[in-house]
Amino acid sequence: MSRIVSITGRAVPLPGDDIDTDRIIPARYLRCLTFDGLGEAVFADDRHQSGGEHPFDAAHHQGASLLLAGCNFGCGSSREHAPQALAKWGIRAIVAESFAEIFFGNCVAIGLPCATARPEHLQQLHTAVAMHPHRLLTLDLEALAVHLHEARLPVLMPTGAQQMFLSGTWDATGQLLAGLAAIRAIAGRLPYGSPPCAPLGKGG
Amino acid sequence: MSRATLFDKVWDLHTVGTLASGQTQLFIGLHLIHEVTSPQAFAMLRERSLGVLYPGRTVATVDHIVPTQSQQRPFADTLAEQMIRALEDNCAEFGIRFYNIGSGSQGIVHVIAPEQGLTQPGMTIACGDSHTATHGAFGAIAFGIGTSQVRDVLATQTLALDKLKVRRIEMNGSLCPGVFAKDVILHIIRKLGVKAGVGYAYEFAGSTFEAMNMEERMTVCNMAIEGGARCGYINPDAVTYAYLKGRDFAPQGADWERAVAWWENLRSDPDAQYDDTIHFDAAEIAPTVTWGITPGQGIAVDETVPWPEELPGEDRPLAEEAYRYMDLAPGVPIVGTKVDVCFIGSCTNGRLSDLREAAKLARGRHVAPGVKAFVVPGSERVKQQAEAEGLHAVFLEAGFEWREPGCSMCLAMNPDRLEGRQLSASSSNRNFKGRQGSARGRTLLMSPAMVVAAAVQGHITDVRTLLEATP
Repeated sequence: MSRIVSITGRAVPLPGDDIDTDRIIPARYLRCLTFDGLGEAVFADDRHQSGGEHPFDAAHHQGASLLLAGCNFGCGSSREHAPQALAKWGIRAIVAESFAEIFFGNCVAIGLPCATARPEHLQQLHTAVAMHPHRLLTLDLEALAVHLHEARLPVLMPTGAQQMFLSGTWDATGQLLAGLAAIRAIAGRLPYGSPPCAPLGKGG
Repeated sequence: MSRATLFDKVWDLHTVGTLASGQTQLFIGLHLIHEVTSPQAFAMLRERSLGVLYPGRTVATVDHIVPTQSQQRPFADTLAEQMIRALEDNCAEFGIRFYNIGSGSQGIVHVIAPEQGLTQPGMTIACGDSHTATHGAFGAIAFGIGTSQVRDVLATQTLALDKLKVRRIEMNGSLCPGVFAKDVILHIIRKLGVKAGVGYAYEFAGSTFEAMNMEERMTVCNMAIEGGARCGYINPDAVTYAYLKGRDFAPQGADWERAVAWWENLRSDPDAQYDDTIHFDAAEIAPTVTWGITPGQGIAVDETVPWPEELPGEDRPLAEEAYRYMDLAPGVPIVGTKVDVCFIGSCTNGRLSDLREAAKLARGRHVAPGVKAFVVPGSERVKQQAEAEGLHAVFLEAGFEWREPGCSMCLAMNPDRLEGRQLSASSSNRNFKGRQGSARGRTLLMSPAMVVAAAVQGHITDVRTLLEATP
């Protein structure tokens, strides 16, 4: 399990609020058994309609690893295909004004840090990237800040998620399995059974 | 005594421990899976040589990709065929109960679990689908998860989660004629917005919800996620117990009595402390329809598309985007908007009571020329019961197509989809750009009754005008 302490790279700005998961990856691309090919389809419809003007198609944003987004980014469905598609395209961290909840959890689970920033700070980042698209940004998860040249802009992240990235426990399975005895104890204590098999009160 | 909400009680009961990150390790009592978000999770299990810890606590069905016309195997869509095969193989290998097509119990995952009595008060329920919030109608804590979390539930029956705050949404009074559960939740989302619920569970309380039957309550909780709330719930009561009693997986005999006693204790305490409370008056709600590209962009059917100046500043850029995409101008009445496709179905409104209400309006009327209208029952059981009541004949006579159960055109992962710029009147839950299968397709969300009204008139219609004239 790898610790994620900071991400440095160029940024791709994506204007607009309430960008939903159907826009990040339209449902027809969910007809698949693996996440492998999703990178090419990220924002497929938006990109097609913008006739090559979409930020993800701009030559100077190719290879970018930080995404700058607006409010309520990732609202809608629980499809992990959305963060997977962003990650396969090359995104390794997202800074936005706010995130939808399931999307945020999915990002944590795949090791894709999401931090929130105040609107004026995001605007500052957008402006800087528009003027100098090749400038490198660093999202520092320890200091909870974005470093941009000389400037240091504060960001927020729930402590739980921050700790999971810093300690390398964002892939939760191992940690969860470590509590096996406690899991079995809870299962045995629940007032309801394993629905399809056991009658009420039998647990497990 | 305690001053706890149902959410607090169910959360505490299922808490395994606190993780190093500070998150709760929460036990999941019932795990539902389907073909879209599970194959990668099973692949991850295999990669790590992990098994399924409690196979009996996971139940599977196939819904998103199934065609609703010919369901003959192999499916014409080879990708869809691969997905259903993967689910069949995974369930067989790991010993998971699977309600396949033709089993008599297949259907949309959020329709089949309640109708079989799998969904019960006090449970924690997770599924790789955001509309898992539906099951909260029973007083369960139910929420959508992603594929890596599906893996975690399969492997450990637990999840790493931050506890949510609880907002009580209290609504009192009776709904006016022509106003349904769908209008209630569209109204709430319109008023609170699509992000107000982030970080919250929504407790729907008050006489309006108490007067609803279970299917109406499911419609409300289903769309909690469209308001940003990962889960929504309603405290269990006599209506809940009457619905559950005698269903396949409901407790029986002495177990039933014990269960009801436990469920009664789960209800939020009268002096429970909430993080927030908001009041609504049911009488203020009109039939509601969305005009834009988020479920929060809704208006009463007798209103006009809002001007930017009428909206809070932060909502204006999205409104501008919506006018362009929907090709609807501000100030124009939504009534009269021409429709191309009318869809009745989905986990929001594909249950028997929805079809009954729709059939009541469709009886003796006919779909307008040039409109394609179809009805997709939520499950094989819903279909069978609807046919036993003759509802299918009403729809067919009125010019609606009568289909096989599945998610259908709610998200168009199957052959049911909009073409080009088509505009749909839809009983589903999302009006996002491209949601119904065409990158330029347009969706107006509304109740099933309003969909019928649009279908027979050929344009968006205030259902109340038809109710007055219902033959």
